[in-house]
Amino acid sequence: MEIVFSAIDVLARWDVVIALLVGSIGGVAIGAIPGVGPAVAIAILLPATFSMDPIVGLTVLLGIYGSSMFGGAIPAILINTPGTAVNALTTYDGYPMTLRGEGRRALSLAYSASFFGGIFSVICLIALSPLLARVAPMFGSREIFLAALLGIILVIVAHKGQMLMATALTGFGIFLATVGLEPVKYTRRFTFDQTWLASGVNLIVVVLGLFALSQALILMTMDDEKVRLTKSRGSLFQGFRELARHPRVASISAAYGVFMGMIPGVGEFTAQFMSYTTARKLSKTPEAFGQGSSEGLIASETANNAVPAAAMIPLLALGIPGEALTAMMLSVFYVHNVVPGPGLFLYQMDFVVALYLALLVLNFLVVIFLLISTGWLVYLTKIPNRFLGMCILLLSFVGVYSIRNSVVDCAIAAVFGLIGFVLKRLNLPIVPIVLGMVLGGIMEVKLRASMNRVNTPLDFIDRPIAFILFCMIVVILLGTLWQVWRDWSPADRRTLARKSSSRFAARIAARKTRHFEIKTKQQRRRRSYDHLGS
Amino acid sequence: MSLSSDLEAKTRSAGQVLFVIGALIFSVVLLSQITTQTVWITDAKSFAAQPRFWPGVSIMMMVLSFGIHLLRMRRRRPNRQDWVEVRRWLEPLEYVLWFMGYVVLVPLIGFLPMSLIFAITLIWRLGYRGGAYFWVAALFALGTVVVFKGLLGVKIPGAALYEALPGVWRNFFVLYL
Repeated sequence: MEIVFSAIDVLARWDVVIALLVGSIGGVAIGAIPGVGPAVAIAILLPATFSMDPIVGLTVLLGIYGSSMFGGAIPAILINTPGTAVNALTTYDGYPMTLRGEGRRALSLAYSASFFGGIFSVICLIALSPLLARVAPMFGSREIFLAALLGIILVIVAHKGQMLMATALTGFGIFLATVGLEPVKYTRRFTFDQTWLASGVNLIVVVLGLFALSQALILMTMDDEKVRLTKSRGSLFQGFRELARHPRVASISAAYGVFMGMIPGVGEFTAQFMSYTTARKLSKTPEAFGQGSSEGLIASETANNAVPAAAMIPLLALGIPGEALTAMMLSVFYVHNVVPGPGLFLYQMDFVVALYLALLVLNFLVVIFLLISTGWLVYLTKIPNRFLGMCILLLSFVGVYSIRNSVVDCAIAAVFGLIGFVLKRLNLPIVPIVLGMVLGGIMEVKLRASMNRVNTPLDFIDRPIAFILFCMIVVILLGTLWQVWRDWSPADRRTLARKSSSRFAARIAARKTRHFEIKTKQQRRRRSYDHLGS
Repeated sequence: MSLSSDLEAKTRSAGQVLFVIGALIFSVVLLSQITTQTVWITDAKSFAAQPRFWPGVSIMMMVLSFGIHLLRMRRRRPNRQDWVEVRRWLEPLEYVLWFMGYVVLVPLIGFLPMSLIFAITLIWRLGYRGGAYFWVAALFALGTVVVFKGLLGVKIPGAALYEALPGVWRNFFVLYL
């Protein structure tokens, strides 16, 4: 209880209150505009938060992270366009409800489910804090290395169908982290005798290029879409009553969100997918899922919003970000010389609890704001794409140039903007590059530190947590290899004409086989009848 | 279609082969430079302490993954659609030049004047012609300068042009605009 009071003391400042308001309102607005998303906003705001106190800067960023998904539900439900990438599943049931004229009911359900998910996860984390404070010090260099390695593996495995590309892009991220002077002997790595490469490639410059600039370029090269908003009826408060009728779906989904959020590299997508499929299995009306089911909407929105608070656990307790947004937040810690990791839980527990309390307050602020302002927030979905692109380009300049007023940084960001543009055009993931860059740096330092105390390879896993992490890595790797082996089929490289001719031949052969099978069966039946008759 | 396959990201096929070939060549070039761009220390305490270790691991990840992906691709010879897609990748180069021009001119002309010019001219270039768009763009540029430089105090230096202003105005412009 003492910790909670000292955490309230940390938060009881006018600048933190303003940060909470700006973060929550800004996050909702950013989420409501399709094409912006929290990653772009956090990337742009990151350098501006460096001049603030860690608690103020992190509150703004956490506010945007936590509240953008609330706002992202608005375009997902009303115009079938997810405001943020993680609202994709919301469109499945939200938009059909809008088509039925129940848009306000769907919005209300989404708000209440998001609110429940957010509050549930913060309460879980406050309750888990004493346990985390006890477990976190058990993580030494080798455990943190193995946890980071697990994070890298999970990021790759999570990109089902694109695992090879995710591996290559993670490798690219790790490579970027190695460019410049290495920290022990100060030898140069891949600097090609260029002085501007000696200090390495700045993470924030890369993040701004890959997320913000690339998004600006994407928006400016696409056509504006005409958005038509349909009229809907109902009260924005009815969702809270309706949510109370589905406590099982809501709590299971929130639990999925908390659990998946805690695992590095997994995040919102897996959480909402698993909660949605579980809710469908448990439902009395599974056929309604995808057709405007309230349970489906609750499952996806609750799981989404339970993740942000949980995603702070690996970041705060181990210093390992689980996804791109927390990877960006890590730089705020480093700039202020606050080292996230076991030490933070041991010596600055009030700071950790203050962050959780900020998230708790944020959820209340966001819901109040949404209930008041949904009427005009829906008009944000009408901002034309190319106009939005210009705005992001201008803001990206502020983000990159304010780091150290360097034209070279801006040029590097522009190059990464083009790389991000190509990756987005090809529908390839960007997150593995950022996580590779952050986790690669952590892995290098921690492996080097841990190898000093290791004589034989088995010494590496002789501690319980290291052994558990090692076993998890082995199980995931073997499971993935088994799945790849099972699904493997040789690539079909025949021409279209050859393919269709062989398909035709196969169809004829199958028909012939079927014909003879039928004949054979008839014959067998006749003969067996004859035999029985005799 | 199942929910999992519906949500699974699908890589666009047009342009993919050229991207993978380009990325593979880039990775192989990096691998070929590893001996000249990194050093091998003879008295390193462990293999992990070698400066070459992590660049080696990361580049090998890239070479192997891009290589296997290329081998597993159904079509390894680029066709017309691939080249059309590559031309689309060059389209944003124009806006990158706009961005770099903005970056170069801010220290000369100033954050506020350059932001106003940039926002209004770029909106015109993007095809918006209504007066309302220009007003909103100008307001957005002004708002960005006031919020970021005036209120948040981000580090964007005063312009060379501001030196021509009289004393009090000069200080105000350098500090806040």
